[in-house]
Amino acid sequence: MLAIWKREVQAYFYQPIAYILIGFFFLISSIYFTFGTVAAQVAELNNLLSSIIFILTFVCPILTMRILTEDRKNGTEVLLVTSPVDVYQIVLGKFLAAFTVFMVMFASTFIYLAIIYILGGQPEIPMLIGGYIGFLLVGASYVAIGVFASSLTENQIVAAIISFAILLLINIIDPIATFVGGFTAKVLDMFSLLSRYSDLNAGILDITSIIYYLSFTAVFLFLTTRVIDKRRWSQG
Amino acid sequence: MIEIINLTKHYGEIKAVENVSFSVNKGEILGFLGPNGAGKSTTMNIITGYIPSTSGTVTVDGYDIMEHSREVKKRIGYMPELPPLYLDMTVTDFLDFCAQLKEVDKKAWKSQKDDIMELVKITHVQHRLIRNLSKGYKQRVGLAQALVGAPEVLVLDEPTVGLDPKQIIEIRKLIKALGKNHTIILSSHILPEVSAVCERVVIINKGKIVAVDTPENLSKNLTDFTKFRMTIAGPEKRVKELIQQVYGVKYLEVQNTGKDDECSYIIEADKDIDVRKPIFHKLAQVGYPILELRSLGLSLEEIFLQLTTEEREVN
Repeated sequence: MLAIWKREVQAYFYQPIAYILIGFFFLISSIYFTFGTVAAQVAELNNLLSSIIFILTFVCPILTMRILTEDRKNGTEVLLVTSPVDVYQIVLGKFLAAFTVFMVMFASTFIYLAIIYILGGQPEIPMLIGGYIGFLLVGASYVAIGVFASSLTENQIVAAIISFAILLLINIIDPIATFVGGFTAKVLDMFSLLSRYSDLNAGILDITSIIYYLSFTAVFLFLTTRVIDKRRWSQG
Repeated sequence: MIEIINLTKHYGEIKAVENVSFSVNKGEILGFLGPNGAGKSTTMNIITGYIPSTSGTVTVDGYDIMEHSREVKKRIGYMPELPPLYLDMTVTDFLDFCAQLKEVDKKAWKSQKDDIMELVKITHVQHRLIRNLSKGYKQRVGLAQALVGAPEVLVLDEPTVGLDPKQIIEIRKLIKALGKNHTIILSSHILPEVSAVCERVVIINKGKIVAVDTPENLSKNLTDFTKFRMTIAGPEKRVKELIQQVYGVKYLEVQNTGKDDECSYIIEADKDIDVRKPIFHKLAQVGYPILELRSLGLSLEEIFLQLTTEEREVN
């Protein structure tokens, strides 16, 4: 598993993709930081974090689109599966690699924190921690969705489109739930990643929300192993 | 070393492999021969644990592939038809990755790595990206990957496909050398390859085994006559008469050699009767010397065609 993680992280940085994504993320978040935080003279980052979380809808599908598709196309899936590792270890290694790149990207926001301190601001620590944890958990869920999508096809573009579509649905699920109401709303709420994020970002460190995100991630990774196993049974 | 019993694989309605059973002894090079689409790759994918079988068992060194897949996978080095390579890595990085993946002891790997690269002759390209290597070198890196961790069993699916003749000869030599301390299953649809490298051959067609034997035995048993060619100096008509008089001769064909006073004769005779001596005596009596005598065994190619076409007729 460690070997797979290491290889995939290296692969991200051998290719321009990681740099482009991190650069894109940093550019957009810097624009928000400059106008929404510095110019508005707000000494906190939670506002920024909740504003830029939408960027993940674009970044995560691209981050994960090649993570399993490439192995099928190059035939390296045979190497992984016929090595003495279990399928769940392959999936976990791949997921952690994508999540590592996500964390590097996320770490770029620490610069803003430093700037706030330099400018004499005193952000509230509990809120900040809640915001950061929430952002990472949402990121983990998004990356897991992307990994799952890339197990469904051997075409990178198709994988990106599938995960983008799922993430887009998740983005608009709250308004839909409010609109339909009743039992359906409760079901839809189970997939509402962002409503729980608002709580965390407000500094409410609710353990159920944290468990929710972790299990959401785990379920999608589990589904990914099922997809790979299923294909091994039905294909040659 | 490897026991395959009643292996069957269905893809929906299609029966890719049906009731295939054979075993491979320790240290043996087994050829797995069949036309394209016969079920060779499917069988190999099952042996190596890439895909599960519909029914039947595969055991390697006493471990069942379904129940102890990890133990089996540790013992097998697999080179699929398409070598599994990460094109964005250098050769050394890739082999290091394989060693980690296969949980090879770090110290052992250090000494093993150079040996493997030396063996498949990729030492001088070790720092190049796999993407930039030629087909022949990619194939070798694929083979090197299968050797990582010194597995007892090597499964090689069409290892020479797409190589030029010189590379093919080199890879064959290499496989022969590897056969000294590995058990090898080698698939191919190229016949000379199998007869050049393998000690035993399994011929498969349409998912079923049609023959298992040594290349020599296959060619012996499948023929109910012996066939040879004689070049004799003397008038064609008279010589033909003389040969036909010999007991056991079943078929005679004359081929002109281009010279006036000599002819070549293709003779087929009963398997149990040696007709060469009586023919010699007969010809010696009348003074027609035999200039050449050569036995014509049935080539593996002919056997292969015979077996796979017979099968078709049955169907």
